[in-house]
Amino acid sequence: MPRQPLLTFTDRGICCPEGDFHIDPWRPVPRALITHGHSDHARPGHGAYLATEGSAPVIRYRLGDIRLGTIAYGERRRIGGVTVSFHPAGHVPGSAQIRVERAGEVWVVSGDYKVAGDGLSEPFEPVACHCFISECTFGLPVFRWKPQAELAADLNRWWAANAAEGRVSIVGAYALGKAQRLMASADPSIGPILTHGAVEATTAVLRAQGLALPATTHVTPGIDGKTHPGALVIAPPSALGTAWAHRIGPAAEAFASGWMALRGVRRRRGLAQGFVMSDHADWEGLNTAIRATGAERIFVTHGYTAIFRRWLEDQGYEAGIVATEYEGESLDAAEAEPGPLIEAGGEEEAGAVQGGDAPG
Amino acid sequence: MKRFATLFDLLDRTTRTSGKVAALADYFRDAPEEDRVWTIALLSGRRPKRAVNATELRSWAAEAAGLPVWLAEEVHPIVGDLAETISLILPEPTRASDRTLDDWMRMLIALTGRPAEDRRAAILDAWDRLTTPERFLFNKLITGGFRMGVSQGLMTRALAQATGVDEAVLAHRLMGDWNPARIRFETLIGAHDPEADASKPYPFALASPVEDVAALGPPSDWLAEWKWDGIRGQLVNRAGAFALWSRGEELVTDRFPDLTPLRDFLPPGLVIDAEVLAWGGEAPLPFAALQKRIGRLTVPKKLLAEAPAHLLAYDLLEENGEDMRAAPLAHRRARLEAVLAALPPGLPIAPSPLVSFDDWETLGQIRATARARIAEGLMLKRASSPYFVGRKRGDWWKWKLDPYTVDAVMLYAQQGAGRRATLFTDFTFGVRDGDDLVPFTKAYSGLTDAEFRQITDWVRKNTLERFGPVRRVPPELVFELAFEGIQASPRHKSGIALRFPRMVRWRKDKPAAEIDTLESLRALLATTGATP
Repeated sequence: MPRQPLLTFTDRGICCPEGDFHIDPWRPVPRALITHGHSDHARPGHGAYLATEGSAPVIRYRLGDIRLGTIAYGERRRIGGVTVSFHPAGHVPGSAQIRVERAGEVWVVSGDYKVAGDGLSEPFEPVACHCFISECTFGLPVFRWKPQAELAADLNRWWAANAAEGRVSIVGAYALGKAQRLMASADPSIGPILTHGAVEATTAVLRAQGLALPATTHVTPGIDGKTHPGALVIAPPSALGTAWAHRIGPAAEAFASGWMALRGVRRRRGLAQGFVMSDHADWEGLNTAIRATGAERIFVTHGYTAIFRRWLEDQGYEAGIVATEYEGESLDAAEAEPGPLIEAGGEEEAGAVQGGDAPG
Repeated sequence: MKRFATLFDLLDRTTRTSGKVAALADYFRDAPEEDRVWTIALLSGRRPKRAVNATELRSWAAEAAGLPVWLAEEVHPIVGDLAETISLILPEPTRASDRTLDDWMRMLIALTGRPAEDRRAAILDAWDRLTTPERFLFNKLITGGFRMGVSQGLMTRALAQATGVDEAVLAHRLMGDWNPARIRFETLIGAHDPEADASKPYPFALASPVEDVAALGPPSDWLAEWKWDGIRGQLVNRAGAFALWSRGEELVTDRFPDLTPLRDFLPPGLVIDAEVLAWGGEAPLPFAALQKRIGRLTVPKKLLAEAPAHLLAYDLLEENGEDMRAAPLAHRRARLEAVLAALPPGLPIAPSPLVSFDDWETLGQIRATARARIAEGLMLKRASSPYFVGRKRGDWWKWKLDPYTVDAVMLYAQQGAGRRATLFTDFTFGVRDGDDLVPFTKAYSGLTDAEFRQITDWVRKNTLERFGPVRRVPPELVFELAFEGIQASPRHKSGIALRFPRMVRWRKDKPAAEIDTLESLRALLATTGATP
């Protein structure tokens, strides 16, 4: 009797029938393996969770009282008929790819990842496998990231220029990952660093687990551009242009996102400045990572899936698309309309792989 | 090129007008002189002929990047701009270049008409010498459509600041037909050789839309005339020059040979602001008749007979070689009528008649008859107003008719370009024809960004089929479209074409079963009589 595939794709998420668990499921399941703490991957309502030691504090902070077990990077653990292990994905501190092995057959679920170092996250580790389930948020050749050091220099130049003109600098960035990357990149000799509550809370969690981050001040009533002239303010993207931001005083605003590579996107948001900074792999990064796995079968989960799949097939891979509910790097996560605004490219392929219905 | 790239970066990063003007003024002070001329040319819509077409650019860029052409084709609509797409996919340059904008423009001009292999080699060589932002600009120089968020008016203001020459004087000097490859900066902004100036038009005075005419004050302060539906133009008749300019500063003299007899009868040293219309003997023909002539470099005899050109004159800008623009409109108007009255009968020109009225309400009733007169509405001009440069609110108003409207359903959606590249903003609409839906028009403006985002989300979830960047969607979303006119069009499946269609409202309250029918549009076509 033919065995079923090591991993299958269901309307709850990526499933391992023989291990009786799901990976980053989007509907409640008895047992969930979680790649990292972003809300589209670590969702509430599962019976039991397993995550790396480095991502556990944030997951616990966000999901509250859950049954959460932890595992070290590289530690092999037997679950049902399979062996699993977690390996650094370089996406945010503690983030992992999940390797699943059965009788010598290896599949790897990438979660979200980036190949280039950011100075904070454990560096991405290529894991050899037969089948690689990869994100491709920025799976187009127009996306090419600058090295971290150049980004830091750009940020500090902009910050210093604003400070010299008597303005604070507000940067919109994800509270987990990019916000801390920005802090670590900022040159503290230019001025103080202020944070929005959402950023401050997540940063506190990361500090408590031993991440070395510069001192920050939470923006509370009475803290603004007058008390902290020339400050760098780090806030979630949804806080840009709001009353909260206006209260801080005269400011220049910028958005740190891979989408800032596109001039049209930056202009549509009316931003003078954008930092092309992402915690997802760029085009080169995706291709390098996929090559390094040695895998012949690739499934892509979210991003420009239709185009990227075709590209992979051109390169000789056996490639498929899995419709998932992961959002990648959403541009307008806080806005009322559901779903990322940017063309995700994969939705018309729903059903190409079993299960995978679009969100209802 | 580096100086030009710096200017572009500064303009791109500021949304404040003052910041843009300052950046441009700095550039006009310190950039190489030849580059300044090119920049003025580009920002006033003058660019040389395309040396390379989009398909060539895309395939050469894909080749240089080691990517299949299909991938470059897929990426282009997502980025929304070919020049940007190419600049982003090319590998890092291996060399540098300190060539100026002028050097690159001349190189591109020299490439025109060369064999593809030569052009390919030159373009690949250029890409390998330019940084990503410089490449974007270089590609823009080729593909055209150069918008830097700077209007010609803003550019003129910056140039005035940099040179100390009066803004209105500069605006006039920059008009007309000059070649950036030949003219020197000093010549362009400074004293002119009178020979070259002979055909130069004045900057057009433009009107703004008015809502509440009663707020304009006493009717006796105002002159009203029909807003004709033709081509606004300036007729220049000076010693050694007879020229007709369109509002877009295009020299169109040769396209209207039926106006040349005027050359023999108009007094020299005369400039007239007028509407060019296709003439039906006593009254204008619908715009559709004129449209057939637009775009043709030479007009066949049949068309000359069917749609003879005629000028209805609005204003007199120069008489006996003297600039009249500062004089009050009432005076200019009187002189215009006197000059035209002295002409022999039968010439293709007449003053555009004034519409007399005593109160705004009466004028409103007269306005309602505009369509029957093949006019778009009324123009209101303050009798004491000068002929100003560009659009200055307060003295000149256009009081157009309310547009026609139709309720239609969205059939196809396409992503926008540039700022709207990531949104579905370009829609094809259909009306009912029996049990079928017939596509009849496209529209891409009139909704808010929030609405476009909502629709984008809906389109992504409801795509039935993809044709490249175009998505077919279920006929469910209903919109009220406004348009200015309707004409028969054998080229369209529906048999009709609309003028200036745009969305005015997303009719979330209306099901697709209740939209308008092709029959009702045909009936409108029949009543407006606008068959070409």
